[in-house]
Amino acid sequence: MLVSTQGLSVRLGGHRVLHHVDMSVARGEIVTIVGPNGSGKSTLLRTLIGAVKPSTGSVQRADGLTIGYVPQRLFIDDTLPMTVARFLSLPDRKRCKKVAVALEQAGVEGLDKRQVMDLSGGQFQRVLLARALLNSPDLLLLDEATQGLDQRGSAAFYRQIEQVRQTLNCGVLLISHELHVVMRATDRVICLNGHVCCHGTPETVTSTPEYQSLFGLDDSDAFATYPHPSNAGPGLESVN
Amino acid sequence: MLDDFLTRAALAGVGVALAAAPLGCFIVWRRMAYFGDATAHAAMLGVALSLTLSTPIFGGVLVVSLLMAILVSTLSGRGYAMDTLLGVMAHSALAFGLVAVSFQSSIRLDLMAYLFGDILAVTPTDLGIIWGGCALVIALVAYRWQSLLLATLNPDLAHASGVSPVREQLVLTISLAIVVAVAIKVVGVLLIAAMLIIPAAAARPFSRTPEAMAAIAAFIGCGGSLAGLRLSYHLDTPSGPTIVCFIATLFLVSMAVSRGFIHKPRHIN
Repeated sequence: MLVSTQGLSVRLGGHRVLHHVDMSVARGEIVTIVGPNGSGKSTLLRTLIGAVKPSTGSVQRADGLTIGYVPQRLFIDDTLPMTVARFLSLPDRKRCKKVAVALEQAGVEGLDKRQVMDLSGGQFQRVLLARALLNSPDLLLLDEATQGLDQRGSAAFYRQIEQVRQTLNCGVLLISHELHVVMRATDRVICLNGHVCCHGTPETVTSTPEYQSLFGLDDSDAFATYPHPSNAGPGLESVN
Repeated sequence: MLDDFLTRAALAGVGVALAAAPLGCFIVWRRMAYFGDATAHAAMLGVALSLTLSTPIFGGVLVVSLLMAILVSTLSGRGYAMDTLLGVMAHSALAFGLVAVSFQSSIRLDLMAYLFGDILAVTPTDLGIIWGGCALVIALVAYRWQSLLLATLNPDLAHASGVSPVREQLVLTISLAIVVAVAIKVVGVLLIAAMLIIPAAAARPFSRTPEAMAAIAAFIGCGGSLAGLRLSYHLDTPSGPTIVCFIATLFLVSMAVSRGFIHKPRHIN
């Protein structure tokens, strides 16, 4: 197990944000957290990296765990001069060649000499991912990492995550609102609304009443996340 | 060589400028200019305490600056805005310090020396303390450089990489207290913040990386100290303020030049 929580509760400013959350991520699996706005998704991730202290319960991290974290929003003050290459060399110095390769893999080659604050939202998001991957993380935490990416960029992003999972054999925990895309790419889903409403494979979670009431999906939306019947129809079985 | 008071003054100015440059950059990046100000003002209380207790000025200033910095760090985020807290504490510490000093009737004349510094009165012992303190600060900042940068960039990214932003804040706070304590004799309470911030601000338009900004700030600070010192000798003006005036002029030049240089390529693009 890379990271797990037991009975985790978090209060922020007297307000209960997370309540009795038990969850875990193992090596090699992709876990997606879904939930409405204000359901504590980002707080959960920030608790896992140690930026937020639990009020009760505990967070267990594997020994020597390397975390790659892509935050939801990152504001870089323009008083701080910072090239993309320099940003990727934090906190450990990297060779120029390694930086160039990482940028190319993230689909933003040749940006290394640009200033970080001059990047567009989508470019910066990819640079953040490149930085997270450069440290060969055991656990990748992505907080709505595809926001600001166009549709093609978002699809490429998920393909890269899948690829990274295979090459690094890391665990991936991601937050996303793009339910349809995510449900195809993930092994497990945790549905969060202050507490864990339901969890399991995408198919089980999307069919629970809790999930359907939270996301207010009508039947056609809910069914769109299932594989289309014709793909798994009798014709396919006869081929096998 | 150290017999000449001008040589000692020059060495003192360069030492302070070298340590103030990287620290000033962090103060600018973290937008805590007021913090430097507050620590410096609190130093006045340290001067008063040292004079009352007949202990070395350096020690008293260091202790009070540290206490002030740690108090502000702890109190911030507990219902008061940072600038309000700093405003309250800086000026009350300065006022308490001035009142405390006034009880010592014999030293009233020396007050100006601590408010504006007296770089020409630096003794070889002072020089040793200044260079020792500055070397310590430079070593500390260099050792923590990568972690300090990451924590400044974003606390959450720092946490994820196993760097504690609280610890890095403490490193900066301690460094700041040391620089204030050693610089008080050179530029004085009222001008320390200027020595920290103005060279860094002047360096910003010409820098593409944090390291370049710290190096350029150090260059501006050292050049400004030497040139300001020389100018004050010829014009017979107070040395500390003259140094700050000179660096401030460099800042204006930097602004004017960067407007010309940096905006041009953007038009071509």
